[in-house]
Amino acid sequence: MTLAAAFRIALRAIAGNPLRSILTALGVIIGVAAVIAMIAIGQGARRATTEQVQALGSNLLTVFAGTAQAGGVARGDPVQTLTADDAEAIRREVPQVTGVSAELNRQAQVVYRSENVVTRVVGVTPEYQRVRNFRPIRGEFITDDHMRARARVALLGQTVAQRLFGEADPIGQPIKIRGITFAVIGVMESKGATSFFDRDDLVLVPLTTAQRRLFGVRHVGSIQVQVASEEEMPAAQEAVADLLRRRHRLDAGREDDFTIRSQADILQVFSGVAQTMTVLLGSIAAVSLVVGGIGIMNIMLVSVTERTREIGIRMAVGARRRDILLQFLVESVALSVSGGLLGIAIGIAATRLISQIAGWATVISAPAVLLAFAFAVAVGVFFGLYPAQRAARLDPIEALRHE
Amino acid sequence: MALISLRQVEKVYRMDGVEVRALRGISLEVDAGEFVAIMGPSGSGKSTCMNIIGCLDRPTSGTYVLDGTDVGSLDDGALARLRNRRIGFVFQSFNLLPRTPAVENVELPMIYAGTPDRRARALAALEAVGLRDRAGHLPTQLSGGEQQRVAIARALVMAPPLILADEPTGNLDSATAGEIMGVLDGLSRQGMTIVLVTHEADIAAHARRHVHFRDGRIVRDEPARARFAASGGTPR
Repeated sequence: MTLAAAFRIALRAIAGNPLRSILTALGVIIGVAAVIAMIAIGQGARRATTEQVQALGSNLLTVFAGTAQAGGVARGDPVQTLTADDAEAIRREVPQVTGVSAELNRQAQVVYRSENVVTRVVGVTPEYQRVRNFRPIRGEFITDDHMRARARVALLGQTVAQRLFGEADPIGQPIKIRGITFAVIGVMESKGATSFFDRDDLVLVPLTTAQRRLFGVRHVGSIQVQVASEEEMPAAQEAVADLLRRRHRLDAGREDDFTIRSQADILQVFSGVAQTMTVLLGSIAAVSLVVGGIGIMNIMLVSVTERTREIGIRMAVGARRRDILLQFLVESVALSVSGGLLGIAIGIAATRLISQIAGWATVISAPAVLLAFAFAVAVGVFFGLYPAQRAARLDPIEALRHE
Repeated sequence: MALISLRQVEKVYRMDGVEVRALRGISLEVDAGEFVAIMGPSGSGKSTCMNIIGCLDRPTSGTYVLDGTDVGSLDDGALARLRNRRIGFVFQSFNLLPRTPAVENVELPMIYAGTPDRRARALAALEAVGLRDRAGHLPTQLSGGEQQRVAIARALVMAPPLILADEPTGNLDSATAGEIMGVLDGLSRQGMTIVLVTHEADIAAHARRHVHFRDGRIVRDEPARARFAASGGTPR
């Protein structure tokens, strides 16, 4: 029997009972769709974070207080060794440096009338907008006057503005941060969100105000250091480290009480996290594909039993065992292939939907689609083999007698 | 030369650990062009003998030569090929594929033979049994007699030298049974070798030779015309 003949027989069997065929393939459909959607979300998160970190420039160093933290992002400030004076000293004494932004980053409740959100309140200096390349879309940014006066002024990120004010104009409105009244002087441009980090969910206030009025501290959480060029990064990193060790009076034998990371380091960490997430989500989805395969095997076994007499008839008129094997194998592969194709369509549609509803960046990659499809076909062959062998091993006389 | 040649054929089954000797040394020769009825009560071994003649089963001992081929030495694939090319089966329960149009049922043996022009040949075979206009009908849309005629068309389409008919009229009323036997008579007149299993005397009467089975042995093998003369029952 030719493959084409086997394929026609398989199509007839599949089309003969469409509801059952769809239910049989459902596991594979869901599995393929899930693999595609999950990998798209993971890859999207990875690309978005990469783009965001790269948008900051490859010539940025970040100085954290404390020794190296896993992931490089420390919430709260366990170590309070970094100060605004350190930032000033870096600007003055390290020649490669073109900009410095000292920041203090805390979670706090922000209230406008009856609306309230818990968000990141970041104390920043006027240089923040240039070093971070993050500017107000409306209103004005924090000035040196605000710094000197520890002014109670704030700029809102897009997410916070939306939550507190909706469509209304927030500029000039009073908001309360930790119970203290601030005037909104501006709204920041949108930086976008990924599936695990919303960069617009923040409120900016003058650093001095954050330190004295809000949180009662003298240190800063991190210092962003802008270096003139990428080539000068190693020299700058060394100079900043030397300077901070001197200022913090660390003897030769003692560890740094700060950590310096370049954008490349941070990129690697974020990218690693996103990659892990992609693999994890993809594997969970792959499990559902395997379960789908078991569904196909189950129905194929039922089908072989139901069609025992048909198998007997085919054998009586001259079907060899391998013809029967081929027929049932082609049928299970046809089921998983059509399930795979439907799964691809549904996976791509689901990915688009998730992108629109959750606002997450997603990347549908051709290799991921091919991988999911190839896996579906492999599942069809693997789980189709046993039922097909059972069919091929039937005794023609027994099979013909079967009711 | 004999088309079918069975020599001292024995068949022993093991069912639940118990040995069942279904055939106890059968020797039978059927020449090309003969119309033979195999008769006997159930359990007499006639079905087992048909399965062996039909290459669906192999003898435990003894030899079976079909059309010059020693069947005992063949593997499953070669047996399937023999069934495909040398034998046309007609069953009691028709055994058409369900949900499959008549013409495609007739095409079935040709699919496994890889024959070209299958549709045209299948339609010609249906024409020969007078069902050309029913080609697109499903088995459920056909009467019992029509279904059996489709089965005969399927048995003939590969132009085999031998037709094996296992109680072909068992599921039909007597008028329809007469029609089907008429088709077989016609084939016999054209020189087709037919081996028919039946336990009905009036069906067996269409054959020209009667072989009686009992307890796994052939107890009588005689020309049909001698049937009434030998009613005293003297085993040969």
